[in-house]
Parts: sequence; C-alpha cells; structure tokens
Amino acid sequence: MDKNVIYSIKSLYRESMNIIGYTFGSGEHSCCVVGALRGNEIQQMAICAQLIDTLKRLEENGCIANGKSIMIIPCANHYSMNIGKRFWPLDNTDINRMFPGYDQGETTQRIADGLFKSIKDYVYGVQMASFYREGEFLPHVKVMDTDCKNRETYESLTDFGLPYGLIRIPQPYDTATLNYNWQIWGCHAYSLFSNYTEHIGRQSTQTAVNAVLRFLIAKGIIKWALHRGMHTRVLNEELIINVQARNAGILKKHVYVGEEVSEGDLLCEIIHPLEGNTIGRIKSPTDGTVFFAYNKQLVTEYSDVFNIVPFSYT
Amino acid sequence: MIKPVSVAALPVAENFIIQKNRIENDAGPGCKRVCVVTGTHGDELEGQYVCAQLAKILNEDKQKLSGIVDIYPALNPLGIDSVTRGFPMFDLDMNRIFPGSQTGLLAEVVAHDVIHDIDGADMCIDIHSSNIFLREIPQVRVSEQTAAELLSYAVMLNVDLVWIHASATVLESTLAHSLNIRGVKTLVVEMGVGMRITENYCTQLVDGILNLLHELGMWSGQIGQVRKPLVSKDQRIDFLNSDAHGIFIPGASHGSHVNAGDCIGKVIDPLVGVVVEEVLAPNSGLLFTLREYPVVFGGSLLARIMEDSKNG
Ligand SMILES: [Zn+2]
Repeated sequence: MDKNVIYSIKSLYRESMNIIGYTFGSGEHSCCVVGALRGNEIQQMAICAQLIDTLKRLEENGCIANGKSIMIIPCANHYSMNIGKRFWPLDNTDINRMFPGYDQGETTQRIADGLFKSIKDYVYGVQMASFYREGEFLPHVKVMDTDCKNRETYESLTDFGLPYGLIRIPQPYDTATLNYNWQIWGCHAYSLFSNYTEHIGRQSTQTAVNAVLRFLIAKGIIKWALHRGMHTRVLNEELIINVQARNAGILKKHVYVGEEVSEGDLLCEIIHPLEGNTIGRIKSPTDGTVFFAYNKQLVTEYSDVFNIVPFSYT
Repeated sequence: MIKPVSVAALPVAENFIIQKNRIENDAGPGCKRVCVVTGTHGDELEGQYVCAQLAKILNEDKQKLSGIVDIYPALNPLGIDSVTRGFPMFDLDMNRIFPGSQTGLLAEVVAHDVIHDIDGADMCIDIHSSNIFLREIPQVRVSEQTAAELLSYAVMLNVDLVWIHASATVLESTLAHSLNIRGVKTLVVEMGVGMRITENYCTQLVDGILNLLHELGMWSGQIGQVRKPLVSKDQRIDFLNSDAHGIFIPGASHGSHVNAGDCIGKVIDPLVGVVVEEVLAPNSGLLFTLREYPVVFGGSLLARIMEDSKNG
C-alpha cells in the first residue's frame, strides 16, 4: 500500500488539510473509490476505511492482479468533518458541486480540481455518495444517463451485487458533481448509496465494502472469492414512486425500508404536533418495496416520506 | 394588495408563506406587468430596502402607474428570518432548482409556485446582493445567450455596469434562466454585500426601476437622472483570487478606477505579523468587486477588475 497526499490546503490557524490517497497494486489506473466529500458523510468515509483495511490484507496475500492499481480516498473534507459541518467551513460551498474544478478559482473549486486531476484517468470510478434528502435508503448503485452513454457502464451495474441499480437522467445541478464529470471524462462512474450518512451501520458498511470488492473481482482487478451478492434489479430512477406528505406534524411510520407493501397498506400517520390526534394517513399507492424512508420525526407538507419501487411497471 | 404566492404547512402550528404586494392602476386586459423579486438567498438583504422604497413611491403616486407591479420581497422567508443563505433544511441552493416541481420537496414546490405566479409578466427584475464575502457595485448580469434581447433593458436600470457572462449548464436552473426561456424578460441585479443595506445603491436601483417602468410606458411620475453603465463586451475581466491564507486588508476603494500595478490589498498573518501576499492590479480598470469578509483561504476571491476598454 502506498499512501500519498494528493492535495493539500492550509488555513490560517488550523493544521493543513491533507487529502490522502491509498494505492494498492501498480500499473494501470484501474479503479478509484472516493469517500466523504462532505463533512457529514461519516458512513461513506468508514466504508472506505474498512475497504482499505481489507485491501491491505488482500495485497499481502497477492490478490491484486498484476498491472492493476486501485486508489481509495476515504475523506476529502476533514476540515468540515472535524467541526460537524456538511459543507466547506468558510463559505458553505459543496465540493461535490464544483467538479471538474478550477485551479485558479475559489477554494472548493481548487480542491475539486486537485482531486479530479489525480482521479480522472481511472478506468472505473466509484463514489460513496449521500443524498440531499434525510432518510434511510436501500443500498443501491447509480449511474448518470449522460450523452456519452457507454453500454459497459450500464451492464456493470449488476457487478456490485446490490439489490438495485438505478439510471438517472441528470438535472442541471448534477452537472458539477464528481460522478457526472468522471463520466464525461470517459471513466465508468458509479455512485454507491449506503443506508445512512451520519450514522455508521455495521451491516451497511459491510454491504458496501463487499459491493466494491465484488465489482473489483468482476473487473479482474483483484483475484479473490466472494459470494455473488444479490440479484440487481436495474431500473430508471423516474419509475420510483415518491410518496409525499400532504399534512405537517409528527411522523408515525408503520413500515420501514426494505419492507414489501401492497396497494392501500397504511404507510404512516401524521399526528397533530400539539394535540396528539391523527390528522393524516398515507396509504401505499402501489404494490412494491419501500426503497427510501424519511427518518426525521417532524414532517413538513410536501416532504418525501417514502419512495416505493413498484413490483411491476410497464 | 398583499397576495399569497405559495403556502405550505410547517410541522408545528405555522404555515410557510411567500407573499407579494400587487400595486396596480389602470390595469385592464393587455396591460403590462413587471415583477420585482428578491430574497432567494436569505443573507442578501439589499433588495429589502429596494422593495420597500419602490412600494412606497408607487403607492403614493399610484395614479401615475399604468399596469401592474408585483413586488416579491422574500422568496426564501425562512432563510431571511434565520440568517441562512439557503432554504433551511434543504441542501441545494434555491437558485439552482427552478423551475421547481409540483411533486417535489417543499423548496421545489415553492420554486414551481413562484414561476407559475410570475409567468406571463412582461419583465422581471431579480435582485441579489452578492454574499457576505464580496461587495459589488450595482450591476446587471446577463448571459451571452440572452444579451441580444436583454441589453437594451439592462441599461435602463441606472446601474454602473452590465456584465455579459458566459453561459453554464448549472445556471439553467436559476430563476432568471427559467423565466427567460418562458418569455419573461428577466434581469439579474447584483449589488452591495450580504447581511447589509447600502442605502445609496438601493436608491440608485429604485430610480432605475422607475426609469424602466417609464420606458415601458407604465410610469409617468418623476424619474431621476439615469446613468449610462459600462458594458462588458470584449473587455477582459480579471479575477484576483488569493493564493495565501490569512486576513485580507483592502488597499483600494471599491468602485474606483485602478491602474496596473496598484495595490488592491494585502493578506496578512496576524500570528507572526507579516504580509503573506500583496495583491496588485494586473491591468487598469474598474474595481467592481472587492472582498469584504477578511478571512481568506487559498482560492478565496479578493477582487474583480473590468479592464479599460481598448478603444477608450
Ligand atoms: Zn443571490
């Protein structure tokens, strides 16, 4: 294992923030895995940390294929992480909205640029991503449906052995993310979504680590035996049904992530926050699997409380 | 007349509400409508005073108005109320989610309602005031793709500068872009600095808005002298970013003309008491952006200079 500072930035009164890349194997830049770009992506960093710990042992046992190399960057934003902030300490900007970056630009553009320069030429890129909605997800892997579609990128969604592989049509705000720019640059780029962000789930960490290892095995980058994981259902993101709250108050959930529901099943109640009576009931619009569940206690009108993947669609 | 634009229930005994003030006179079918919006970014407050002054003047002399002026002082009321730039409890910049969605999250539904409410207007003026870091002279920003259509209106607004900037895909989700593609000619004003009110800038823009209304045939009341702005066409704009980290002390006055080699400011290290970076003007021109917030990292923008026009 090689440990290199791939970008460094200083602040007036803090120690330098050194972004460290851990490299296994040598030769072709085969796969790069990026963890936390935001200060609250603790689960994402922990997945990378465990992956590094595993790859160390695999490397010692000669399991990295000849002529292939893997780089893992567990955290690119410890300045924010160490003060409990999601975005950049000074100006609250998001590194993951600054790609491909600009070396003469603002601080987070420079960080994005420094990072991107060292990772853009990898054949495969995996970002441990978090979503802007608060809640719990079923683990899944996502690709952006950019103009530079590549059949292999889509077909390899199943190599992670996660239950879902999603294809997303990018919105304008996606165009400055790492995943999007990786793909524009010709890398097969994936965003891997774990169950949580700020919370480290032991099982979800293992699931994500195994998913990456499985992908590395499928691509011939490591030689190792690991069970094949789950059958991956690949679908377009827009087929997922959003269930919105039409009242505001205290959320009382009746179903949880991963559960299967039938059309008409009670998903949750909304309770009057001051008087305790039920003011709203939300029923499942379809037969399907609960893919996402909001995990805050209070809901605002229009909150996305559940996402459901229908069993069948036309 | 005060009208609700978007309403949604918040968890505990409160509704989220965006309101507008509709001031109208002689507003028959086919009359013109101009919208003045601000407060998308909760830490930008210059527009607050503009809205207040404009409403006062129009109401006092309403018979001189012909048509409808809709004033939206707060597109992000929760942000303004809590000194928060963004939409509280929402990760994305509110000016990156337009045109919004009826089936999205609160911020997206709100964006949809705002677009729907403004749609059909003849013009819209979207007032921003930079952020807490940078001070800007009153300017209108238009993208290259809309410049042909908007420039003749931008110069009516009594600003000091019209900056024609390159288009970027991420900007396709701004309020201004979403309105422009719907045929509502929208001008983005940037002026002043976040969390402060610069009274003379506000008065200057109010004069400009009245002038625009006059030019559109909607206002027969008094209008002041209107200045002719510099228009960035082929001139270069220099971005001066810090390469050091420290405390920035300005050395030139904002809005002034500087010569190549002039000191714009310096970055100092208070712990050891030395200057770590001296910032010099690379070219002669108008110092239209100047850093206001002293703490800087490597990369922090310190100033922008619009180079003097080659042909004078
Ligand atoms: Zn703004």
